[in-house]
Amino acid sequence: MFSYCTDPSTLEGLSWLSCYLTTGKHMAFYQSFGIVLVLLAITAPVALMFGFAGATAARSRIWPVSLLGKSYTAIVRGVPDIAFFMFFVIALDQGFEYMRHKVKCPDWSEPVRQGNDFVVCAQAKLPLSTSPQWMHETYGFALAVLTFAIVFGAFAANVLFGAMKAVPHAQLETAEAYGMSSRQTFWRILVPQMWVYALPGLSNLWMILIKATPLLFLLGVEDIVYWARELGATKSAKFTEYPHGNWNAYYFGGLLVFYLMLTSISERVYKRLSLRLSHGQATAAGEAQRKAAT
Amino acid sequence: MKKLIVSTAALALTAGFALADDTVRLGTEGAYAPWNFVNDAGEIDGFERELGDELCKRAELTCTWVKNEWDSIIPNLVSGNYDAIIAGMSITAERDEVIDFTQAYTPPDPSAYAAMSADVDPAGGVVAAQATTIQAAFVAEQGWTLVEFATPEETVAAVKNGEADAVLADKSFLDTMVGADGLVMLERMEQIGGGVGMGIRESDGDLRAKFDAAIQSMKDDGTLNTMIAKWEVASQW
Repeated sequence: MFSYCTDPSTLEGLSWLSCYLTTGKHMAFYQSFGIVLVLLAITAPVALMFGFAGATAARSRIWPVSLLGKSYTAIVRGVPDIAFFMFFVIALDQGFEYMRHKVKCPDWSEPVRQGNDFVVCAQAKLPLSTSPQWMHETYGFALAVLTFAIVFGAFAANVLFGAMKAVPHAQLETAEAYGMSSRQTFWRILVPQMWVYALPGLSNLWMILIKATPLLFLLGVEDIVYWARELGATKSAKFTEYPHGNWNAYYFGGLLVFYLMLTSISERVYKRLSLRLSHGQATAAGEAQRKAAT
Repeated sequence: MKKLIVSTAALALTAGFALADDTVRLGTEGAYAPWNFVNDAGEIDGFERELGDELCKRAELTCTWVKNEWDSIIPNLVSGNYDAIIAGMSITAERDEVIDFTQAYTPPDPSAYAAMSADVDPAGGVVAAQATTIQAAFVAEQGWTLVEFATPEETVAAVKNGEADAVLADKSFLDTMVGADGLVMLERMEQIGGGVGMGIRESDGDLRAKFDAAIQSMKDDGTLNTMIAKWEVASQW
């Protein structure tokens, strides 16, 4: 990075540190913070969408739809995360490849399952083995987002399902009495009021999601914990220009600060949101706001 | 959900324009110096990096490198996420049932113990080893107390902080670790494993033949021995 970094063994103190902290490996480490943040930023809304769909389906009066919503929340919540991330993702990936295989190589005569092996034609590979590494990484990342969204969507569905039930029934009856259709009642009365009940549960989920991001490495995405472990590991002089002992404590200390900052910011956002959503609601918090205003 | 699937499928289709020219993806762990590790620039380096590149050159293949955690390195091979494992993996009968191996590129070498003092007796003590390795299997077979870790680094750390009495691993790996923080090599060694080879899918006989031939040619002209000596990973052929 810097011109004086050509022979780090002659350097000391700050200049050594400045070289050490700007190696290619450290750059990858810094980038992985971005990856984690982007993952959170994409996954949270997608999971919320899954949750909303799941909760709405579970409430449906049409029996198969409600069964679908209920079994989604029940099954996914019951499967351990690690099992989900180890096997479901491989299955999902194979499912995509199998579909492509059927479309792209209809003349293929060999079976797709050969003993333990899963073999599709080269054109059906996802991504193609010839495509550049960033494509493989993006694909892995997309799979990660989808998996996180499915898992956390199931929890969110349960939270939202409960929140929808918590909205006072009198509100819905009043809406009907005013002649609103059930669709109008749902979108204009139920949904705006349910958030305040859902918020504590959703904020828990968000915190858990933040902490679950190290599962990314199981999906081949190199996240901050992977790099911290790799960088903190003992480095002997033979294989690096920057030999050091086990520095895990420093790197993981850094991660600790990062995660704490993230959660403390989330806490603050949560407080503001809950204040805002309580406004004008028929809840104790809403009532307190109303009294304070008068 | 539908939208997501559609957009993923769209991503998949746009990725499909390149022609199916054979690129071989090599999977490794990247945490097992001197065999394979991540260098300062963040790239995979080590004996197997050099060996893999040379083998690909001889077999006239285009190769790329992929990092994968040790625990899931075989499942990801059989499901086709990469085409070969080159990660210091010993050839064992158990693994051979799931995947195929090329001929060994390093001879079977004894595994060694490292501990905090030279008079530790691993038998009857607590021994650390990396999970799903021949060393872990060996300790379990002996009926000693085994503590397993996901990465080699953690097995050594366990000995340093007293969680385990000794660590059993490939001697070449421990060579890079002993000497620091009072860690010493024990005299006792265990003759386990059948040499290290590349792991290939069982259905991928062509690729295995290509790498087999390339390894043979490196054995014949002595370049493999030179490489082994350079990285000090094993004994000579």
